[in-house]
Amino acid sequence: MSKHDMNQGSTTPRRGAQRHHISFKSKSHGWLRHNRVVALDALRRMFLTPVATLMTLAVLAVSLALPGFLMTAVNNIQQFSEGFDANPRIALYLKTSVSDARAEQFSLELMLNPALSGVELIDREKGLQEFSSYSEFANLLELFDTNPLPAVVLALPLDHSPHMLQALQSELLALPEVEEAQLDLEWIQRLNAYVVLAERFSWVLSALLGLAVLLVVGNTLRMLLESRRDEILVAKLVGATDAWVRRPFLYSGFWYGLIGSLFAIVMVSFAIHLIDQPVTELMSLYASRFELEGLGFKGGFTLMVVGATLGLLGGFLSTGHHLREIEPDDR
Amino acid sequence: MAAIQFLNVGKRYSEGHDALIGVDFTLESGEMAFLTGHSGAGKSTLLKLIMLMERASRGHVLVGDEDLGALPRRLVSWHRRRIGVVLQNHQLLFDRSVFANVVMPLEIAGYAPEDAARRVRAALDKVGLLNREKHNPITLSSGEQQRVGIARAIVHKPQVLLADEPTGNLDPELSEGVMRLFEQFNRIGTTVLIASHDLSLIHRMRKRTLVLKNGRLVSGV
Repeated sequence: MSKHDMNQGSTTPRRGAQRHHISFKSKSHGWLRHNRVVALDALRRMFLTPVATLMTLAVLAVSLALPGFLMTAVNNIQQFSEGFDANPRIALYLKTSVSDARAEQFSLELMLNPALSGVELIDREKGLQEFSSYSEFANLLELFDTNPLPAVVLALPLDHSPHMLQALQSELLALPEVEEAQLDLEWIQRLNAYVVLAERFSWVLSALLGLAVLLVVGNTLRMLLESRRDEILVAKLVGATDAWVRRPFLYSGFWYGLIGSLFAIVMVSFAIHLIDQPVTELMSLYASRFELEGLGFKGGFTLMVVGATLGLLGGFLSTGHHLREIEPDDR
Repeated sequence: MAAIQFLNVGKRYSEGHDALIGVDFTLESGEMAFLTGHSGAGKSTLLKLIMLMERASRGHVLVGDEDLGALPRRLVSWHRRRIGVVLQNHQLLFDRSVFANVVMPLEIAGYAPEDAARRVRAALDKVGLLNREKHNPITLSSGEQQRVGIARAIVHKPQVLLADEPTGNLDPELSEGVMRLFEQFNRIGTTVLIASHDLSLIHRMRKRTLVLKNGRLVSGV
């Protein structure tokens, strides 16, 4: 292994990297080996102080789980609202005084309206059937001698722009047979607006909690750095580069972020499990075949990448300036 | 060829105190010299300039033809790998074994583990501590600790070996042993510079002696 020999005692002047007779291949091997050793050592050090490590990880996990949970929730609501027909409909509740035949005639007349793409009549008999099959209040109907439900005509407008819909709504409301004209889109539009708001909200919250992750990792690593001060001094004295000294702390940050995010995934999955049943019950009321979705592979993977990246970044930020200040001085 | 060269070097600390004034000397490659003077005369400052733990305020410090004043920060670590240093407070790490302490310069330079282990044992053998490699340095006597420090300083076969009061807290017999050790390394070609105020010991060694007084080099040039 003579190629590893330093050029000790030589009289020929040499400069720069030539002086080290360590080949590039052996150097890159050394680099990889050092990374592996340091990565494992950083992990091992976490287990040396299990309580402190667990506390830190718990804080990180909560900070990561909250955005993870919110994003999942928003995602689910989006899925839910997409499940509905986004085509606007105007439900025309006819006056009870309008006879079945007249209702039929009325719906046929509406078909000639050029602003409508389609018309569907739900006559009083059909309305009664649907009401009793879908509603828990079916037995209420027994209290009535006659069918209390009005005939309903569902009109599908061609133009979906809000003001045209509103104009059409009032136009149809003005018809003598119509008791009430309800624009069906309103609640879904409102829901969509709420979803957008919730999404924004969860982004803002995620950013704040991401900052919390950075600070927690940064603070933890600064304490770790302080506890290894002597080692850093000696390493610098015998020729360690800044990168070499910094590496263990970057790995520590990485592990904190990664393991914290794994804990967070467990938390989110548990939370979703907790609300799964009530949500399913609620959805059955809406006659929806909606199923609650968890984080999934993509969500979990994203959370891990975000966690590890934030940890690494925390390592960079907390050690960068501080490490330069620690310089060997024998006094 | 000069191993260490000081050209009109001055060092003034920010408080305005002049630690070194107009220091001029050359240490040839393979030479061994002592650096002495009363405490506060600038011995440690001079060594720190060579280690780039401090930078000169004036003049030039050259190590192996490299002007340290022109050396960018990122090459400081490379520069330090050419030098072995033994400090009075030997700066051993007590959270690891003797072996782990001595192997540090090799790990940092990227030696393969087997190669590094062989070199660490050779270095420990030279200082007579081969059977202590698994011990924690805190269990060793101060003389033994100092020798661990020396093993760490020479394990990567530096071109230059510096020592700051290496016998500071050792009894005369141990001190003599440590000095003979430095002499051995010098005999195989290492340039050695030792700061010490142990005048009787320095006289016995019969080497070139640089004397600092209030930051000026007054003898040995």
